[in-house]
Amino acid sequence: MPEPLLEVRNLTVHFPTDDGLVKAVDGVSISLQQGETLGVVGESGSGKSVTFLTVMGLIRTGQAVIEGEVIFQGQDLLKLPPDEMRTVRGDKISMIFQDPMTSLHPFYKVGYQIVEAIRTHHKVSKQEAHDQAVEMLRRVNIPRPEERADQYPHEFSGGMRQRAMIAMALSLNPDLLIADEPTTALDVTVQAQILELIDRLKQEFNASVVIITHDLGVVAEHCENIQVMYAGKAVEFGGARDIYYNANHPYTWGLLRSIARLDQAPGERLNPIKGLPPSLIHVPPGCAFHPRCPYAFDRCKTDVPELLPTDGHHASACHLSLADKERIFHEEVMVRS
Amino acid sequence: MGRYLIRRTLFLILVLFIVSLVTFIIFVKLPSSDPARRAVGKQTTPQQIANARRAFGLDKPVWVQYARFAKGLIPWPGLFLNEDVYFSYSNFVPVKEEVFSRLPVSMTLAFGAAVVWVLIGIPIGIISAVKRGSLADRAVMVFALFGVSAPVFWLAYLFLFVFWFKLHWAPQSGIPIGMSVWQAALTGRFVLPWLALSMTFAAFYARMIRGNLIETMGEDYIRTARAKGLSERRVIYKHGLRSALTPVVTMFGLDLGTLLGGAFITETVFNLPGIGQYAVRAIFNNDFPSVMGVTIFGAFFIALANLLVDVTYAFLDPRVRYT
Repeated sequence: MPEPLLEVRNLTVHFPTDDGLVKAVDGVSISLQQGETLGVVGESGSGKSVTFLTVMGLIRTGQAVIEGEVIFQGQDLLKLPPDEMRTVRGDKISMIFQDPMTSLHPFYKVGYQIVEAIRTHHKVSKQEAHDQAVEMLRRVNIPRPEERADQYPHEFSGGMRQRAMIAMALSLNPDLLIADEPTTALDVTVQAQILELIDRLKQEFNASVVIITHDLGVVAEHCENIQVMYAGKAVEFGGARDIYYNANHPYTWGLLRSIARLDQAPGERLNPIKGLPPSLIHVPPGCAFHPRCPYAFDRCKTDVPELLPTDGHHASACHLSLADKERIFHEEVMVRS
Repeated sequence: MGRYLIRRTLFLILVLFIVSLVTFIIFVKLPSSDPARRAVGKQTTPQQIANARRAFGLDKPVWVQYARFAKGLIPWPGLFLNEDVYFSYSNFVPVKEEVFSRLPVSMTLAFGAAVVWVLIGIPIGIISAVKRGSLADRAVMVFALFGVSAPVFWLAYLFLFVFWFKLHWAPQSGIPIGMSVWQAALTGRFVLPWLALSMTFAAFYARMIRGNLIETMGEDYIRTARAKGLSERRVIYKHGLRSALTPVVTMFGLDLGTLLGGAFITETVFNLPGIGQYAVRAIFNNDFPSVMGVTIFGAFFIALANLLVDVTYAFLDPRVRYT
């Protein structure tokens, strides 16, 4: 197997607060190959965003206690001085965010904001940068890109703004694009367009992509691998098929059951996971999911399950036996989804 | 834009009209001594009082009286603050003369103080926001707390005592007879008044800018700017400050407009013949033409500042349109 593009090893990000230590990320490992699309799935507060903000260097020591390694193209990003990290950020790794309404500066023209990104990393004239920005807007399917570049964000619709964000993120041809809930704030019809756009541009720019989402349904067709996170830990990892057709963790089952379906019988209710995500200050002992898990038994309350491979690729962190997992999945989860 | 300005100007005139009307109604309705009776002195006959009343125009119907005052507010040579109506009931000096000799003093005081508080308030606000929680931040915020808490009259006396009386660093304040406002300003006679008057504002602006900037730095678009790989310097000064300073423009315009209508306490302590002193004296003397004159000037400055602020705002924030 070739060397991965990004390898996060045993990352912990803890925020000291007045109420106690918030364990936002607690020992997460991620491996991403060149050209791969990885989906990172979990509820709010599962640590998925914080993990990748840390990869971007947007959460730094001083704000949080960070341990572990973030190896990107053979370099540990956590050890880079801020100035060098800045040359990676935007140029080699770029990121788009959940809410395109607030992610662009309201006082600067959209074109200018892309020009600024280009000129921060490349020595080109304003005119060249502007031409590149217009070209990028064209490539993300924004109609009349010359005019659009001269407009302010408030003159764009939500979907258009997210396209502009993608244009900005890809304007420097990064090796890795991190999309943090890129479609959550958008209309359903626009969601599909944005994901298809990311797919297409990923091919054109030969980049790797991480899609962070809380919606397993969103990443189904777009990701090769999926990592499910809960309470700052990875609870399941596998290929998209493994997750959809052979999920091994009760939390993943919960996510699968709670996907809204069009072929659902009328009057049938959604099947949410009971309870709330745990406090990250007082994480439940043992498996963090045990208070919400219908299959929990005594061991779950005391022993923290490790993320163990069930076959070469697929791994889950659960004390249930493999036979039980397969039985429950096929009898109770698959039936519905 | 043109239409917007015309509409806003008409609105400004309407506001001034209402202000003049309200001021007049207060004068007519509030119990007070009769200006005609006061004008003629103690040894007097009913005939003399009646003559004085006629000379003041107070024998006419109320609406005619108002019309005479209102006519004197039309900015036209020969009409504006005309001396038939606009003279002081207590010392008979034309209002125009008083206002125009005092206006430069108030303007010098207000503009100078504004420069000082902007130069002090904005930088320390930025520093304490950027170095939040640091020793510098704490020291500056202690200063700001002191600044907003210390009353102007106390600060003014403190400055006079320390910098003029004890240390002789600053010249005596006040404007001697025969000296122009310019000369007084150039020889440093306004330095202490500027400092005293600006301290509260500087402290207030520092706190406001600190708050705004800290809030702005938590915005999503700041995270985007960082994600682009911009230097922290550029993130703060180009992306953060642009948003944090915009609301300050509004405050600044309104504060300056208010101060142009006089700063009574500062003027009094430093013995500066400004609009504020004149206004307070006129009110105490029930000197209606003078009250009307200064009220209209004060209201005009505030309304004009409002208009300028709104126009500037549309330049600064592209989301704001002239409608």
